[in-house]
Amino acid sequence: MQTTPADRPDAGGMAIAAVLLLLAAVILWDTTTLQLAPTYGVGPKAMPYAVAAALALLAVGNFVLAWRADFPAREPLDPRAIVLILGGLVALIAIIGLGGGFIPATAVLFAATAAAFGRRAVHIDLAIGFALALAAYLLFAKLLALSLPAGPLERLL
Amino acid sequence: MDALNSLLQGLAIAAQPINLLYALIGVLLGTTVGVLPGIGPALTVALLLPVTFKLDPAGSLIMFAGIYYGGMYGGSTTAILINTPGESASLATALEGNKMAKAGRGGPALATAAIGSFVAGTLATAGIVFLAPWLVEIAINFGPEDYFALMCVAFITVSATFGSSPVRGLTSLLIGLTLGLVGIDKLTGQARLAFGVPELLDGVEVTTLAVGLFAVGEALYVASRRNHQEERVEPVRGSLWMTAQDWSRSWKPWLRGTLFGFPIGALPAGGAEIPTFLSYATERRLAKHPEEFGKGAIEGVAGPEAANNASAAGTLVPLLTLGLPTSATAAMMLAGFQQYGLNPGPLLFAERPDLVWGLIASLFIANAMLLVLNLPLVGLWVRLLAIPRPWLYAGILVFAAMGTIAAKPSVVELSLLAVFGVLGFLMRRFDYPIAPVVVGLILGPVAEAQLRRALQIGLGDPLVLVQSPMSATLLCIALIALVAPFVLKGMARFKADRDY
Repeated sequence: MQTTPADRPDAGGMAIAAVLLLLAAVILWDTTTLQLAPTYGVGPKAMPYAVAAALALLAVGNFVLAWRADFPAREPLDPRAIVLILGGLVALIAIIGLGGGFIPATAVLFAATAAAFGRRAVHIDLAIGFALALAAYLLFAKLLALSLPAGPLERLL
Repeated sequence: MDALNSLLQGLAIAAQPINLLYALIGVLLGTTVGVLPGIGPALTVALLLPVTFKLDPAGSLIMFAGIYYGGMYGGSTTAILINTPGESASLATALEGNKMAKAGRGGPALATAAIGSFVAGTLATAGIVFLAPWLVEIAINFGPEDYFALMCVAFITVSATFGSSPVRGLTSLLIGLTLGLVGIDKLTGQARLAFGVPELLDGVEVTTLAVGLFAVGEALYVASRRNHQEERVEPVRGSLWMTAQDWSRSWKPWLRGTLFGFPIGALPAGGAEIPTFLSYATERRLAKHPEEFGKGAIEGVAGPEAANNASAAGTLVPLLTLGLPTSATAAMMLAGFQQYGLNPGPLLFAERPDLVWGLIASLFIANAMLLVLNLPLVGLWVRLLAIPRPWLYAGILVFAAMGTIAAKPSVVELSLLAVFGVLGFLMRRFDYPIAPVVVGLILGPVAEAQLRRALQIGLGDPLVLVQSPMSATLLCIALIALVAPFVLKGMARFKADRDY
C-alpha cells in the first residue's frame, strides 16, 4: 500500500481518533458503575480498564496518522447505493419488528440491494426476492426447524 | 507410531457415509463461495453456525473444514479467470494466472492450481498428523499463565506485526476486544457494557459480527464504489492437461510453496497472504525464464496456490492443539467448536480423539474430492461467475439476515447487524484489517478468563505471569513483535531522511 503524506490532516482519520477516545471514555464510565466485593486477583474491572487504556493510546496513534495524512486515498463514493442498502436493512427491521414476517421483509431487502447495485426493475426483483425468501423459509424453517420470524404469510405455510 | 494409529482410527470415522456426505457438502459449498466474489469461507461458516447448532458436532466440523479447504481451491479459479481474486490469499495467483488465461493457457493454469493445491493440502495435512501430537505433548503442561501469554502473542502477530500498519491492526483488534467485553462476566455475574439492553447480556453473537463485517460491510463497500464496467470472464481455452514441460516447471514450485505455507500458517502469524507473496517472489527469482513473469509464467501460479492451501492446513495446527485461531476462518471454526461446548486443545485430543482424528482424516478425503471437483468440473464453477452482481449481493444479504435472525431472533440483533455492516464498510474504506476484530471478539474473553485464573492461582501476585519460563518467553516474543514494526518503520524513515 502506498500512502503519500499530504499537507492537510485527514478529517476522516481525525473523526476515527475521536470515536476511539469516546469509546474509551464509555468503557471507563461503564466500568466505574460496577459494584463489587473485593476478591483475590483481578475482578471483572481489570480487563475493561486495560482495553480503555489501549483504546486511548490508539486514539493518539490514529490522530498522528491522520495528522500526517497517512491514510490511503479514498475513491469517490456513491451515496445512493449506501442509502438503498441501509434503507433495505431498516425496512427489514421494521417489517419484522411489526410482525410482517420473514418472507416479505427479506424480499424488500433483496430488491433494495439489487437496486443499489444498479438494477432498475424493482417489481421483477421483488418477485425474485420473494421466491428466494420463500425457498429459504421452506428449507430452513420447515425442513431444518430453524426459528425464523413468522407473519401472516408464514402462518399459512 | 501413535499418530498413524490415531489417524487410521480417524479414517474409519471420516469414511462413514454420513461424514463423507458432510465433507462433500463442505467442499461443494467451499468451492462455490471461493469462486463467488464477495463471499468467503469465514462468512460461510458464520452463516452455517446457527443452522448446524442441532447437528452432530463431528459432522459439522468436518463440513467447516471442507469449506475452508474448498474456499482456497475456488478462490484460484476466480483469480485466474477474472483477475479479481475472491480471497486475499489468491492475490498472487491472479498476477500470473490471469495473464495465462488471456494468452489462451487458462486450462493449464487451472490445472496447476488445482493439482498444486492437492499436493500442498495433502503434504500439509500430513504435517498436521505429525506436528499436532507433538505440540499436544508440550501444551498439556501449559498453565493458565502460559495460555494467556500465548494469546498475547497471537493478538499481536495477527493484528500488528504483518499488516500494512500496526496502528490500524491494533485498532481493529481493540474494537474486537471491546465487543468481547459486552455481556455478563462469567466469573462474577456482573453485566458489562450492556447499557440495560437485555439482548446484550449474552454478549455479542459471533455470527452477527462476522456476517455484518463480511457480508453487509462488503456489499456496502462494493456498491458504493461500483464503477459501471463489467468484469470480463476469460473463457477456459486450451486443454486442461498440462504438458510435460508444465509438469516439470510446476512440481518444484508446489513443494517450495508448501514449505512456505505450512510453517507460516502454523505459527500464530495468521493470514495466507504472506506465504503466497513469499512464494511468488521466490519463484520469480529462481525461474529459468524470469522474463516470462508478468506475462503468464506457470511457476507464478503453481507456487502461490500451493502456499495458500498449505497455510490453510497450517492454521489448523494451533487451532486444534492450542485453541488458537490465526485467521478469520479459523476463528469462525473455533466458534463452531465452542457452540458444542468443545474447547480445542490438548484435552480435546485426550477426551474426544474420535472427533479430532476424524476431522484430520477427513481433510485428506476433502482434498481428494476437491481435486475431482475442480479439474473435470471446472466448467460448472465458471458458470457461477455469470450470476449478475446485483442478484448475487442481494442474495448474500438475504442469507446474512437469515443467519442473524436464526442465531438470535430479535430486532436488536438485526440492528446490530446493520451497525456492524457500517463498521465493516468504514474499516474497508479507511483500510483497517477485518480479521483482528473477529479474533478479538472470540479470543478476548478466553484470554481474560486465563489471565484471571492465573492471577487467582497466584493469589493476585502479577509476577505469576512471568514465573514460568514458557510464559516469560512468550510475553517477550509478544513485546518484540509489538515493538519491531515501529522500530523498523522508524529506521526506514531515518534512512529515507538521510537520502535527501
